[in-house]
Amino acid sequence: MPEGECRPTMDLFRSEPMQLARVIIPVESAHRVISYLGELGLFQFKDLNTEKSPFQRTYATQVKRCEEMARKLRFFKDQMYKAGLISSTRSTYASEVSLDELEVKLGEQEAELIEMNANSEKLQRAHNELLEYKLVLKKAGEVFNSAQKSATAQQREQEYRRVERSLDSPLLLEQEITDLSKQVKLGYVSGLIQRDKSMAFERILFRATRGNVFLKQYFIEEPVIDPISEQKLEKNVFIVFHSGERAKNKVLKICDAFGANRYPFTDDIGKQNQMVTEVTGKLSELKTTIDVGKHHWGSVVQAISHQYEHWNNLVKKEKSIYYTLNMLCFDVTKKCLVAEGWCPVFATNQIQKALMKATIDSNSQVGPIFEILNSKEPPPTYFRTNKFTNSFQEIVNAYGVAKYQEANPGVYTVVTFPFLFAVMFGDWGHGICLFLATLYLILREKSYSSQKLGDIMEMAFGGRYVIIMMSIFSIYTGFIYNEFFSVPYDLFGQSAYDCRDPSCRDATTMGLIKVRETYPFGVDPVWHGTRSELPFLNSLKMKMSILLGVAQMNLGIIISYFNAKFFRNDIDIWYQFIPQMIFLNSLFGYLSLLIILKWCTGSQADLYHVMIYMFLSPMDDLDDNQLFFGQKYLQILLLCLALVAVPWMLVPKPFLLKKQHEERHRGGAAYQPLHSHDNNHERERSGGHEEFEFSEVLVHQLIHTIEFVLGSVSNTASYLRLWALSLAHSELSSVFYEKVLLLAWGYNSVAIFIIGVIVFIFATVGVLLIMETLSAFLHALRLHWVEFQNKFYQGDGYLFCPFSFALISDNEE
Amino acid sequence: MYGFEAMTFNIHGGYLEAIVRGHRSGLLTAADYNNLCQCETLDDIKMHLSATEYGPYLQNEPSPLHTTTIVEKCTLKLVDEYKHMLCQATEPLSTFLEYITYGHMIDNVVLIVTGTLHERDVQELLEKCHPLGMFDSIATLAVAQNMRELYRLVLVDTPLAPYFSECITSEDLDDMNIEIMRNTLYKAYLEDFYRFCQKLGGATAEIMSDLLAFEADRRAVNITINSIGTELTREDRRKLYSSFGLLYPYGHEELAICEDIDQVRGVMEKYPPYQPIFSKLSYGESQMLDKAFYEEEVKRLCLSFEQQFHYGVFFAYMRLREQEIRNLMWISECVAQNQKSRVHDSVVFIF
Repeated sequence: MPEGECRPTMDLFRSEPMQLARVIIPVESAHRVISYLGELGLFQFKDLNTEKSPFQRTYATQVKRCEEMARKLRFFKDQMYKAGLISSTRSTYASEVSLDELEVKLGEQEAELIEMNANSEKLQRAHNELLEYKLVLKKAGEVFNSAQKSATAQQREQEYRRVERSLDSPLLLEQEITDLSKQVKLGYVSGLIQRDKSMAFERILFRATRGNVFLKQYFIEEPVIDPISEQKLEKNVFIVFHSGERAKNKVLKICDAFGANRYPFTDDIGKQNQMVTEVTGKLSELKTTIDVGKHHWGSVVQAISHQYEHWNNLVKKEKSIYYTLNMLCFDVTKKCLVAEGWCPVFATNQIQKALMKATIDSNSQVGPIFEILNSKEPPPTYFRTNKFTNSFQEIVNAYGVAKYQEANPGVYTVVTFPFLFAVMFGDWGHGICLFLATLYLILREKSYSSQKLGDIMEMAFGGRYVIIMMSIFSIYTGFIYNEFFSVPYDLFGQSAYDCRDPSCRDATTMGLIKVRETYPFGVDPVWHGTRSELPFLNSLKMKMSILLGVAQMNLGIIISYFNAKFFRNDIDIWYQFIPQMIFLNSLFGYLSLLIILKWCTGSQADLYHVMIYMFLSPMDDLDDNQLFFGQKYLQILLLCLALVAVPWMLVPKPFLLKKQHEERHRGGAAYQPLHSHDNNHERERSGGHEEFEFSEVLVHQLIHTIEFVLGSVSNTASYLRLWALSLAHSELSSVFYEKVLLLAWGYNSVAIFIIGVIVFIFATVGVLLIMETLSAFLHALRLHWVEFQNKFYQGDGYLFCPFSFALISDNEE
Repeated sequence: MYGFEAMTFNIHGGYLEAIVRGHRSGLLTAADYNNLCQCETLDDIKMHLSATEYGPYLQNEPSPLHTTTIVEKCTLKLVDEYKHMLCQATEPLSTFLEYITYGHMIDNVVLIVTGTLHERDVQELLEKCHPLGMFDSIATLAVAQNMRELYRLVLVDTPLAPYFSECITSEDLDDMNIEIMRNTLYKAYLEDFYRFCQKLGGATAEIMSDLLAFEADRRAVNITINSIGTELTREDRRKLYSSFGLLYPYGHEELAICEDIDQVRGVMEKYPPYQPIFSKLSYGESQMLDKAFYEEEVKRLCLSFEQQFHYGVFFAYMRLREQEIRNLMWISECVAQNQKSRVHDSVVFIF
């Protein structure tokens, strides 16, 4: 490791140097030590008790206690939610309470609340029952009244008939009527039943009594609160008329089975009225009792809600502390706890300070011992990012976390990612829209970061700095492409070209002539709408994509050089980096050179032809396609170099690795006794010597070489997506502009124009600003992950996740 | 259509098969059981389970825990998963899933009827019922006095109705009758399920016929052992065996005349798949038979996950979860009653 050398700080380029540390903590100050380390948040504990199950560990009971308290807090939260209170994020007064006190307090509060709930539930049930009873009385009363009325009416009619035409009346009628008194007295059961069960209820009743019942049901319009389940249900009032005791039993049983609530009812109207008044009286009485109870309950919950957040944080912290304590192991004397873990080197002082403070605060006689261990285990990767670089680092981490101290592509991603995006999204009108939208997010950062957002919003908010960079760059490329919602503006002076004569009739046939200096910045606006616009822009963007691609791939290979140098890997420099550079640049570097030469000289050489015949017949003369003197011989030289570079990449490295391994093996055995015992132990733990399999290395190198050789062709071609997407974007936006906005304008009607504007706005926002942004984003992502990072990035590290209270409170559901 | 499931299965069944395979990977492993068996109290069990998929279901339970709560919550999870799958399922998978619950329905009917016979409270009985086997009018079962009424009042609305055709008698209900009813119903159910799976065809038919045949044979053996020494005649016993499976028909003839457990063993050892089960038992012992059968069943159920594009995985998953819940119940009971030495007696490791 390059420790003594004086290097500039490489904050983001190389991950923080880490060390494996062991802390020996006296038992009495362990809790405080862990809590201070948690506040510091720069120590990642290793689990030293992996073989023990959670409940066998030392502090299992404390963890259980904390869980129990967390459960009580969840109960309170539930109650607060019911009361419609949102816990105030900042508690009004945060009195310091210890865990034990809190436990007692929580227990008391819970018991109180539960008792209150039970009481109010009982009252509520009685209340609901009475409500249902009232409904039954009302509905059933109506039934009996109307039945009685119709019965008397019938009777009167029949009597009237008898008087009128007594001769015609059937003889038996008299008997029928007089039998009224002899008739069997019908019993009835009344109550309420859930509406969706009523059909089955009726069916079963019918079957059970063989049809010897009469069931009447009445809808109740509003849903009723069921006394037992306390849910709002749609119900029917029913009255079942039955005859006989056995039928009655059956009906009652069926009612019970269906969860139908039965209520007594009399057919005496006087009694009915009396019952109604009685029930109404009871109801109002209960209502006041319930209200008083509710008020009391509300005040208790209110009191809890003030402290809830504070308590919740405390319990969470305590739980995490005990959870961490469970990862430590006891040393032999059982008086100390031993912790092992990773921490960044720069944090050593801070950690030691925290340990000192813990010793003093807990009045411990012995301080914790902090020592650094040597380990062959790969340390975790830790980048100190800020809110700006974080989202770019996330983009890199999504592909793979960098190996420890490996060169981090995140540094370059900050600029190259938005730039490549903007190449595909070049339109300064769209760029400004995107910029304003993101600016709004950034300005309201404070309020947004504290609240919960939806899925998509969360994503946009998380990447707000990426998006704002993307929009700034796309404003820039938009100026270069000279497009504002696909309309060109001559902001930087007048166009360089003009018509030959004022009538401008020959503009399409003869072309324009150059009258002024070249347009100073970006594409000359005169190209817009001409017949040669597309060929010109395509040629420009295609060549530009290749230049950008070759540049970025070269950067990737150069970073692989820095990696090799950093890890002192000369083999990689000589047998990987150099041939790769030669191969890529002799083919595509040369192409880039040709492109630039062509641009500078204005030559009409056909670059396809040059490149293709450079391979097919390198000895032929170039004729018209010659750009500079000696081009043919340079091409032959480059071709030879490229051909040599392939076996250079392929052959020597595996053999050299084999030799190196053999040497190390022999040498290692010779000076092994020099290693201290501890070191050896560590090495054995981390797997000892790695096995060297020559064939495997050879195959690996073969694959790597083939991948690079083929990849340099296909990756360069892959960068052409920059051109393709940029073309698609500008064509789409010009279609929306011309076929929607200009077409609508052409009708000379305000209504059509308004419709056109609305369609244009929706198309621009939906297709260009959202979908195109996504697709350009994905393509930029791919160019970084595949074309750029495969040149150097291993990405097989693991993240540093320290024990930190700040992270715990962030992880809240 | 055998062999072409791969082309079309995923149109309707792909999502749910993925779901069920995901659920299956949440089953407790041998390491989990080892940890659970070392628990000292029910709280330890809760703590351990809170790290598994059961966590959200148990986390809000107040601390003095009971075995029933644990089992109830675990079953609730199974039921939730089942309901989710049933909601997503299309024909014929939804019918297949419904078939899985009929067994529980039969058990619930028998439970309620037996309970009312012994004059238990209906509400209390309802709580004991398996939630997968619930149907609307189940509480009304208490009204019925005999088989005919039972059928006419309640069961005619349930999917069990067709299975009842064989056991409609006007006899009053008693324990023996009910037990025969249970077995007749179960027989009809298994046969119907078997026919349904055959109709589905393909890998489903192949795998389910194997699983159901095992189930049928196990029931046949259990019926035989349980009816030894009762007044059930050979003919009646013969009638309770399902008409498929490895033992059908010759094995059934032999089982029908068995008089003691060793004769059963003699019959079963003639069938190679069952030989290892019985060879593990010592002579005259029937206690360990259940566990041996469960182990064999779990093995077969797990194997059904090796093949893709069939419905057997749903059946297998439900059965495995139920076995897991039985395991958890046994472990919690042992822990609660301080019988930790017996904790391994009845636990069937799934993986």
